[in-house]
Amino acid sequence: MLIELLKPLDRKLLRDLWAIKGQALAIAVVIGCGVGMYIMSKGMLISLAETRAAYYERYRFADVWAPVKRAPNALLEQITELPDVRRAETRIRAGVILDVEGAAAPITGEIQSLPKIARPHINDIVLRRGRYPDPIHEEEVLALDAFAEAHGLEPGNHLYGILNGTKKKLTITGIVQSPEYVYAISPGEIVPDKKRFGVLWMNREALANAFDLDGAFNEAVILTSAGSSEEALLERLDQLLKRYGATGAYGRSQQISDQFLTNEIKQLETIGRLLPPIFLLVATFLLNVVVGRLIDTEREQIGLLKAFGYRDRAVALHYLKMIGAITLIGIVIGIILGLWLGQGLARMYQDYFKFPFLLFRAPADVYLLSIGFSLIVAAVGTSSSVVKVMRLEPAVAMVPPPPPDYSRSARWLEMLAPWIDQPSRMILRHLYRWPKRAAMTCIGIAMSMGLLIGSSFSMDAMLYMVDISFNVIDRQDVTVNFVEPRNLRAVQDVLHAPGVLAAEPFRAVPVVLRNGQRTRREAIIGLVPGADLGRLVDTDLQPVPLPRHGIVLSDKLAELLAIRAGEPLRVEIRTGRRPELDVTVAGIVKTFMGTQAYMDLRSLNRLLKEDIAISGTYLLVDPDLTDALYTELKGTPVVAGVSLQEQAQNAFYETLQESLGTFVFFNTLFAGLIAVGVVYNSARISLSERGRELASLRVLGLTRGEVSYILLGELALLTLAALPLGALLGYLLAWTLVQSFDTELFRIPLVVSSSTYGYAALVVVLAAVASGLLVRRRIDRLDLIAVLKTRE
Amino acid sequence: MEKNEHPAFRAEGLTKLYGSGESRVYALRGVDLEVPRGEMVVLLGPSGSGKSTLLNILGGLDSPTEGRVYFDSWELTAFDDEHLTRFRREYVGFVFQFYNLIPSLTARENVALVTEIAEEPMTPERALELVGLGKRMDHFPAQLSGGEQQRVAIARAIAKQPRVLFCDEPTGALDSKTGIVVLEAIARVNHELGTTAMVITHNAAIAAMADRVLHMADGQIQQTELNSHPCDPHELSW
Repeated sequence: MLIELLKPLDRKLLRDLWAIKGQALAIAVVIGCGVGMYIMSKGMLISLAETRAAYYERYRFADVWAPVKRAPNALLEQITELPDVRRAETRIRAGVILDVEGAAAPITGEIQSLPKIARPHINDIVLRRGRYPDPIHEEEVLALDAFAEAHGLEPGNHLYGILNGTKKKLTITGIVQSPEYVYAISPGEIVPDKKRFGVLWMNREALANAFDLDGAFNEAVILTSAGSSEEALLERLDQLLKRYGATGAYGRSQQISDQFLTNEIKQLETIGRLLPPIFLLVATFLLNVVVGRLIDTEREQIGLLKAFGYRDRAVALHYLKMIGAITLIGIVIGIILGLWLGQGLARMYQDYFKFPFLLFRAPADVYLLSIGFSLIVAAVGTSSSVVKVMRLEPAVAMVPPPPPDYSRSARWLEMLAPWIDQPSRMILRHLYRWPKRAAMTCIGIAMSMGLLIGSSFSMDAMLYMVDISFNVIDRQDVTVNFVEPRNLRAVQDVLHAPGVLAAEPFRAVPVVLRNGQRTRREAIIGLVPGADLGRLVDTDLQPVPLPRHGIVLSDKLAELLAIRAGEPLRVEIRTGRRPELDVTVAGIVKTFMGTQAYMDLRSLNRLLKEDIAISGTYLLVDPDLTDALYTELKGTPVVAGVSLQEQAQNAFYETLQESLGTFVFFNTLFAGLIAVGVVYNSARISLSERGRELASLRVLGLTRGEVSYILLGELALLTLAALPLGALLGYLLAWTLVQSFDTELFRIPLVVSSSTYGYAALVVVLAAVASGLLVRRRIDRLDLIAVLKTRE
Repeated sequence: MEKNEHPAFRAEGLTKLYGSGESRVYALRGVDLEVPRGEMVVLLGPSGSGKSTLLNILGGLDSPTEGRVYFDSWELTAFDDEHLTRFRREYVGFVFQFYNLIPSLTARENVALVTEIAEEPMTPERALELVGLGKRMDHFPAQLSGGEQQRVAIARAIAKQPRVLFCDEPTGALDSKTGIVVLEAIARVNHELGTTAMVITHNAAIAAMADRVLHMADGQIQQTELNSHPCDPHELSW
């Protein structure tokens, strides 16, 4: 046997470890969860950031986008000559309505031009399958892979597109990916819907013909030189391009795909920063308790070893090895778990973010750091016990410790005593005698519950956010965007479409908003007064009327501009005659998604010095007649895009279930493991300390149930006490997460439903009961005979 | 004792085997025994003679490999765990060598722990007075001396008015003076309450206070000695 090759002390180590295998494993698993979570989130963060950087670099993702209405191609030279421009390219990009066989609802999409020869230099595309369109075949297009896959489209398949009002049959020749559509989401939506948002690439000449842009472009994309000021360049571009109907250049921070990607990376960062420390803290606590008590029970052995002549250091090293072994098992579990979770997450992201490659790969320093953290945890958790081993005098250690003194009990407890039975008195006095231990157990259990709430609450919050956004704020069923701003009469036309019950016009106007040094490029949404579909709500989520004058900002936008109601805001319109003027902030409204600015439609049009014109309408639709409406909309030339609320909601719920659901599932598992780890360890240690006491009671005639009550009743009491504390910790964790998830894209409301509290409490109680049952089996097998003879 | 009554205990052919194969050890080898009610019985013998095993089997803590044990008219060896627990709970008092008091309960509460679940107990106060601890009832074990702790243990064992009292080396951890005080408490319970008492000891001097002395060796009762004039514990010395 291998074991015989070891020194006696090391054999003892292995046998001791085996004897406490359950407890050791529970601790190792908790360490493993912390390490795994760290490797997963940190590794994913790095993988995602590196993949993004490499992808952007290799396919030359633009730094700046400058959309215009129509500018001559010759202008490229002037753009290229602007300071800070490393390289510029012009292209045509337009909204398109797509019609795929088998899809009833119209699909909103974008179509981009491909250079006549060669590939785009900026925002290059990745050809996954098929070939580039042939310049002589006008109808040939490339399709974005997510969209193509969602509809089962392959090279050679056809689809229809309404290009500038003309329906065209298009042929797909290739399936591509693009750094501009890593997160392929339609503007104004909250989650990507592969089926409902399509992107096509077409030969420039063909596209120019379709959109009357011969010899012209409608978007310049730019790579900037390193160290340049983006804001200055945006200003220069706006100046240069304003004659050509520039709606305002923007940088990567406002590019929607990159925005979502950045958001995801930020969330990973938060998770990586918040969750692993919780696990490691619990592991520290468990190590402290288990090793501390183990050493207490081995006092005599320690004394004996020292009496035989083992040095303090050798004895301490023996225990350090045991701690090290547990930690090492934890690290191994953690690395395996981290890799497994990381690869799983990478697969999930692959489905979500379209990268040509995404490999989960954590650099060596992530592993080293997690190992380092684990060792620190082990050291912090056990240093006091190891010092105790070093200091123990052999003579003292060989004498059994005196019975614990319970005479200093609390007065309130003694006043209570006459009304409760002896076993309950034992429970209360025991808790009172070791308050620190009780508190630690309680906090450990509470942490697991807090973790559960902190991770599950996001589901509540998201559902709440969507409910408010779709059912209180934006209540329309369908949003129709026109190709060009149209006369108000267009509303009447739409009202005649089948199934339309009500129509509310809106106008979207690109603007630059300035308050002192702070600048935001946004769109002002003009709404009709008394709007019933597109509404505004105050911070209490009560609908508020749109003020007749002035501008209304969403709370996040006001925060970003550092402006309050009543203060003047510089508004520079980036369309039409491009007026610039100060507008008073008439109110702040609550929104959970995006950064919006609203005005009364008439005031807005007055500002533009135009007759009332609208960009689109919100529709309330008879659900039975949607198909007829969709057919009509698909055939309406003036419609540039249609967004469907219900489908957006469904896509959101689906995404939520997939991504958040998985996240919640794993956290439930981890939190359950923590709860089991804490309760099981506490129970096991109590059992080993009080086994003699409990066995004596069995000999005296107490039943198994009565004896179990003494041990498990204490844990039940601690578990119960941990529930309110856990709820509080969970709320705090949720609060922290809400703070760090507060971005321009989303503000997650701090909503924790009572069912989430209930769910967390249930998981914790079940974990506690499971641990209790495991220990109960041991109580049932207590050796009654040994008790009569042995001394503690 | 009237003749038509059952003895407190009757055992037939008790054998207890530990282990198997080459490592098997006989703790008891066919022990036959009858213990009349109300007697003070001392089991004497060197360690490993089987006296503890015998006591454990009679007390319902262990079961023999072979043989039968009767308590009154019941066959203990036919009982399952639940019935054995009830048997201990209602009829048996145990006193351990190392007292085994509950440190988180006072002397009175340690006794109450048993009286709360017994059918016709005496009050904890009365039990503690019987062992001479009427004045230290509200002290915790940590505040009591070894002898005092052992007397609390005796009070705890007798408070339910058990039919039998089993004491395994009750004076083993005590000096002789304190040991005698403890033995006096056991003798008093035996005389005043008529409780059958079985005391294990390897201290031959204690045998003088017994009605019946069982000498054990090698898993067998080698000799049964009847003592028509047991002496008072305070006359003992060792």
